[in-house]
Amino acid sequence: MIEFQNVSFAYEKKEYVLHDMSFRIEKGESVGLIGANGAGKSTIMKLLLGLLQGEGKILIDGIEVKKDTLGEIRAKLGFVLQNSDNQMFMPTVYEDMIFGPLNYGLSREVVDQRVDEVLKRLDLEYLKHRYNHKISGGEKRMGAIATILAMEPQAILMDEPTSALDPFNRRLVINTIRELDQTKLIASHDLDMILDTCDRVILISGGRIAADGPAKEILSNKDLLEANRMELPLSMMGKK
Amino acid sequence: MNKMQKALHELSEMDELAARQSPIHSLHPAAKLITTIVYILITLSFDKYDLSGLVPMVLWPVIMFQVSGVDVHTCFYKLRIVLPLVMAVGLFNPFFDKEIMVTIGGVGISGGVISMITLMLKGVFCLMMSFLLMATTKIDSLCAALRKLHVPAMLVSLLQLTYRYVGVMTEELAVMTEAYSLRAPGQKGIHVSAWGSFLGQLLLRSMDRAQELFSSMMLRGYHEHFHYADIRPFNIKDALFMGLCIAFFFLLRYADIAQLIGGLFVR
Repeated sequence: MIEFQNVSFAYEKKEYVLHDMSFRIEKGESVGLIGANGAGKSTIMKLLLGLLQGEGKILIDGIEVKKDTLGEIRAKLGFVLQNSDNQMFMPTVYEDMIFGPLNYGLSREVVDQRVDEVLKRLDLEYLKHRYNHKISGGEKRMGAIATILAMEPQAILMDEPTSALDPFNRRLVINTIRELDQTKLIASHDLDMILDTCDRVILISGGRIAADGPAKEILSNKDLLEANRMELPLSMMGKK
Repeated sequence: MNKMQKALHELSEMDELAARQSPIHSLHPAAKLITTIVYILITLSFDKYDLSGLVPMVLWPVIMFQVSGVDVHTCFYKLRIVLPLVMAVGLFNPFFDKEIMVTIGGVGISGGVISMITLMLKGVFCLMMSFLLMATTKIDSLCAALRKLHVPAMLVSLLQLTYRYVGVMTEELAVMTEAYSLRAPGQKGIHVSAWGSFLGQLLLRSMDRAQELFSSMMLRGYHEHFHYADIRPFNIKDALFMGLCIAFFFLLRYADIAQLIGGLFVR
C-alpha cells in the first residue's frame, strides 16, 4: 500500500534529514512512527502526501507520488493534522466534512449520506451543525478525524493525534483509531497510544530507520528506546 | 479574554450571522452582491451638495435590517473601527469651502459643511450595505457567486483565503499579545521598542499557520473551485428581488423623495 524506496530528503542543500530510507506498509496494517523531535517523522508524512519532494521513489497503492499524480494520491490518503484548528477551517463541522468529498466531485446527496454515516459511527451526531470555534479541543480532534473519514481514504496518516487531549478524550481518540479498518500510519510521542493502536512500529533516528518490527517488541526494548532519546511507555514500566 | 480574542470572537460571529434564516439570507448570493454593488454605485453618484437627495437612500439599509433580523447595533458595533475613518473623510471641507449655501433660522451653512455631511453619509451607507451583505451571506457562497459572475478564480481564491487568513493572523496575534502581557505586567499595549520584532514574528507565525491551513485544503482536493458552497440555482424570486431593488434605487436617485415627503407637510 505504502512504499518508500531509497528516499532521501534535505530542506537545505546537503543537510539531509532523511537518508536512503526504505520501508513498506501493507494494506490494513497499523504502523506507529516514533522518534525524538526532529527525527524526521513529519517529513515522512509530508513526503507521502506530496507536500515535499525528495529523492528516491514513494509509491501509494502502486502509484508513484509525483506532481501529476497528486490528485489521485491525495484522494487515497487522509491526513489528520496535529493542530486541529488548521484542519477545521470552515465555520461548522458539517461544512468541514463536506469540503473534501465535494472537491472530489461527489454529489451533495452522496456526501450528506457519508457525513451522517461517519458521525453516527463516531457517535458525533450532536457535533454536525456546531461552530468550530465553539467546540472543545477534544471535539475538534474528533471532528478532524470525521472530516477525513468522510473522504473514505484507503489509508489514514495521523500526526500526534492525542496531543493536548485530556485522558477522556485521549481514550476516545484511541478507541476510534482502533476501530478504523483503513491502513494507518501514526506519528507520535505518545508511546502508550502507539502500543494500544499499532501492530508495528518504525523507530526513526537521525533520518534513518533505527528499528522496524512488532510494536510490543520495540516498545519494550528499554535500551533501544533510550539510545534513541525515548523511554518505555508507562504501561511497560515495571514489566520485563 | 484579551482584545484580540474578542476580535476573533467577533469575526466568528459574522459566520453565525450569515448562517441565520431570513428572507434576505435565503436569497441567491449573486442577487445580493449585485444589488449591493448597484446601491453603492448609486449612493456614490450623488453630487457632494445633494444632501437632501442622498438622505432617503438610508431607507434601503433600514428595510434590510428589518427583514434580515440583523441588529443595527451589531452593525455599528462591528464597524466602530472603520466608521471614524470614514467620518474623517471630508472633515476639512468646511475650511476650504466657506460659501454659504443654505440658511436655516438665520444661521448660514456653508457648502463645505454640506459636502462633509454628504461624504460622511455616503461612507456610512456604503459600509452598512457591505456589512449587511456579509451578515446575510456566507463567505463561501459569496465566493461561489463571484465565480458564477465569471470573476477570475485567482481573485476569488485570494478573497476567500484572505478572509481565512485574517482569522489565522488574529489568532496568532491573540496568543502573542497574551504572552507579551503576561511578561509585561501593568504595561498598556505593546511597547514601541518591541513593535518591529513583534510584527516580524507575527508575520512568520501566521505565514506558517496559513501554509499549513492551505496544505490542509489542498490535501482535501481544493483546486480553486467552490464546489462546497451551498449555492442553489438563481430563480425568479432572486431576479424579482434584484429588479425591484434596483428600480427602487433609481427611484431614490432620480425622484426627489425628500422634497416630495417635505411637500406633504410644508406649503
